[in-house]
Amino acid sequence: MNRLDALRGTTPQKPHDARAIAALAANPGCARRALLDGAGIDKDAAARHLGFPAPFGQSPFAITRGNVFEALVKADGCAELLRMLRELLGLPIAEVAYHDVENVGAHLRHAHTRALFDRAARDGGDAGTVYDHPLLSLDIAGHTAYLEPDVVAFQLGGRFHIVEIKSFAVIDGQADPSAVAAAARQAAVYVLALRRMLRELGHDPLRVAHDVVLVCPENFANRPVASPLDVRRQLGVLERQLSRMTGLDRLLDGLPADLTFDLLPDEDGLPTRPAAELADALRGATARYAPDCLSACDLCFFCRDEARQEGATDLLGRHVRDELGGVASVGEALGLADGARDPAEGQEEIARLLRNAERLRRECLA
Amino acid sequence: MSLLTSLARLRALDEGIAQPIATVRHVHLSARPMVFIPLKLSGEAAAPLAAVLGTERDRPHLLVVTQPRNRDLRFAWAAELAGLLLPYIEGFLAATETVERRNADPYERALDAPQLVLPNPAGVAFTRLLGRSTRFRRADGPYPVPASVPLLGRWLTYFGERAAFPGSSLMPAVTEELGRHWASGQSGLEDANLAAQLGWITEGPSDDAEDPLIWPPAGPATDPGFDAEVLAPAIESGSAERVTEALRTQLEPTWRLMWRAIDLLAGLPEGASVAQRWEHDRGSFSGMAAQLAEGAPPQARRDGAVAAASRLARLERAQAAYEVQRAYDDPLVMAEHRLTGEAFAGEVVETDPEHAEGEGRSRKLRPLVVIKTDDPVRLAPGTALGTPQRRAQGAQLVSARDGLVTLKITKGMGRGRTPAPGSVPEVGERVCYTSLTDDFQGSAALPEAEATPWTHGGPPREYEPGDEDAREEWS
Repeated sequence: MNRLDALRGTTPQKPHDARAIAALAANPGCARRALLDGAGIDKDAAARHLGFPAPFGQSPFAITRGNVFEALVKADGCAELLRMLRELLGLPIAEVAYHDVENVGAHLRHAHTRALFDRAARDGGDAGTVYDHPLLSLDIAGHTAYLEPDVVAFQLGGRFHIVEIKSFAVIDGQADPSAVAAAARQAAVYVLALRRMLRELGHDPLRVAHDVVLVCPENFANRPVASPLDVRRQLGVLERQLSRMTGLDRLLDGLPADLTFDLLPDEDGLPTRPAAELADALRGATARYAPDCLSACDLCFFCRDEARQEGATDLLGRHVRDELGGVASVGEALGLADGARDPAEGQEEIARLLRNAERLRRECLA
Repeated sequence: MSLLTSLARLRALDEGIAQPIATVRHVHLSARPMVFIPLKLSGEAAAPLAAVLGTERDRPHLLVVTQPRNRDLRFAWAAELAGLLLPYIEGFLAATETVERRNADPYERALDAPQLVLPNPAGVAFTRLLGRSTRFRRADGPYPVPASVPLLGRWLTYFGERAAFPGSSLMPAVTEELGRHWASGQSGLEDANLAAQLGWITEGPSDDAEDPLIWPPAGPATDPGFDAEVLAPAIESGSAERVTEALRTQLEPTWRLMWRAIDLLAGLPEGASVAQRWEHDRGSFSGMAAQLAEGAPPQARRDGAVAAASRLARLERAQAAYEVQRAYDDPLVMAEHRLTGEAFAGEVVETDPEHAEGEGRSRKLRPLVVIKTDDPVRLAPGTALGTPQRRAQGAQLVSARDGLVTLKITKGMGRGRTPAPGSVPEVGERVCYTSLTDDFQGSAALPEAEATPWTHGGPPREYEPGDEDAREEWS
């Protein structure tokens, strides 16, 4: 049994989706997250069991709205989508074929997707084709993750475009920047998966465009609008992070051989492992908590609690930590500021700044 | 954020209570603020769900869209909102003062202006979107709405745009203002939670603040758990009363927090430049009212190239002025500049008040002042300096070494052969000088909109809101 499987133990593997893979790139320095994800552990279940349930959920209204919008875009063989693609890509597509990969049944979908894309890449004809419900795959730390995009891959003249459907609004040409950034990270996962598939098939991976097509509702109505979105930067981050994950062995080497994050689920799938024991095991793998985790990682409250107990400057955000130039604990930083502690080697500059800042604050608040 | 603020955050974390990072209040507080807490339907861009608003803390008005997907109810809600907000806004237009201008006609400026107080920046953004979704509607034509709705839309759009203006107090967001005056022991991200941030300032941190069952989010997004377990079944039941009561529970706690926050800010003495910035707000408010009175069309969907460039220049200038004014008003803000060496404070140890340069007719009075300081001065000789103690004064750095700074005063000591009394600091006085000054270069001259060069798309088409705009779906 490989070490990652041992980490997971008897807990069923949680498949990765594009959102989870995209979130990996958000905090590349976190060994705890890398190991949990590498082993395919259900972080949400673990957080709940530890008494630190994740602070995010999705409103049923938002889910309904998202589903309605996606259905609208894809209705009648993606008629609405095709209209937009014609406009956006400025292409004289008289007729475009629509191919629903889901028709073949789930178990064959991935193989079928491969075969379809292989043929399309080989023919390289001018005929445009929309592939609905393709099933892509991506290797994450030696495990194959299947990606079931609500997206559609569009092929024209031998080039493929990833289409990402999102239900946040674009109002007068502007959308919420954080929502767009999240969509870009997620779309980058699909671009990468599709590029790797083409490479395996012996085609040029760059035939998958780095410009994805983002489809969102326009203004306050349900009418969709398509916009191009360049995901080159997100692709770079993702590739770097995935290559690090293949280096999980190095992270594992530093851990005790009997370490496991097994939840020991009973027949109903409920964890039976004592929470304190699981917490101890998790502390064995170093986390790198940052407040941004609060919107991206299921374990965030657990790690924040740990950072509080350690009095880590990480709690205050990356900005503060960077400004403190590597002083990791609150006590240490305050000690340097009021002169109770002598600076270690390399800390002279930050100690001088902190002492100065402390003097100024005292003077102004006296 | 500066190292000074970071240190305050560390101290707050260590002591379990927020630390002051300002000694005066930098935001204007109206005697009669309109507290406005809107909620929106999750997943929608700008579908209002409810709002609580009012100018008196014991008289909150609750407005609810009992069936959020019903377009007619939504417009009825907007009309109700207009019924409360428009009389408040227009109530400030009657009392005015005449302002004389150089090279322009005098104009009327309101003596006071409305102030909408929102919980957080997301609330401000939602208010702007509410304005965007209502300002193009019409009282006639195929989808008529009450005439007050498009008018409200234009005002909310105006407030939303003004809120982006650094130093404006027409529509402040409470979490931002609290964050400008206190450093909590949590991250800036977590400070966006009003209950948590206020907790740090008043009693110290508590996990309750993050429990949506105890402190519901301050909007505009509602708690997903509340949506699933309370709101969705209530809407499903078709009982308007049930929906109203459900939303009341989400808004009431925030209403109390808002007034608590206003009290906290009111407890700080007002900064010296706050009145001047509020005067700009009053002028801007009167300008908007004048545009409406002249029958100008609703604000365009997007600025043309020239309008955008000039807006950007105004924003940059306002940002720079705001930063300088805050530093001059508040020694704790100035301390940030002292830390980086752009300002210094200390005691005057020597003066030569009658020092002069040049001979005969070109003789100029240039009093010399030597200041002893502990601050790390990083200013080159010749740098122009200003001082919060004597705002009309101009000075120039002569030399700075070994904790002794010599400067010569170049402006603000009168026209006589000797300096006017009090214009030169005395030995023993504590003074502060800084290279931050309020003199800014004027922005580059921009062409008229009609002369927009082809590189910027050529002259923009005059914006005329059409039927399309008025009929725009709001689903």
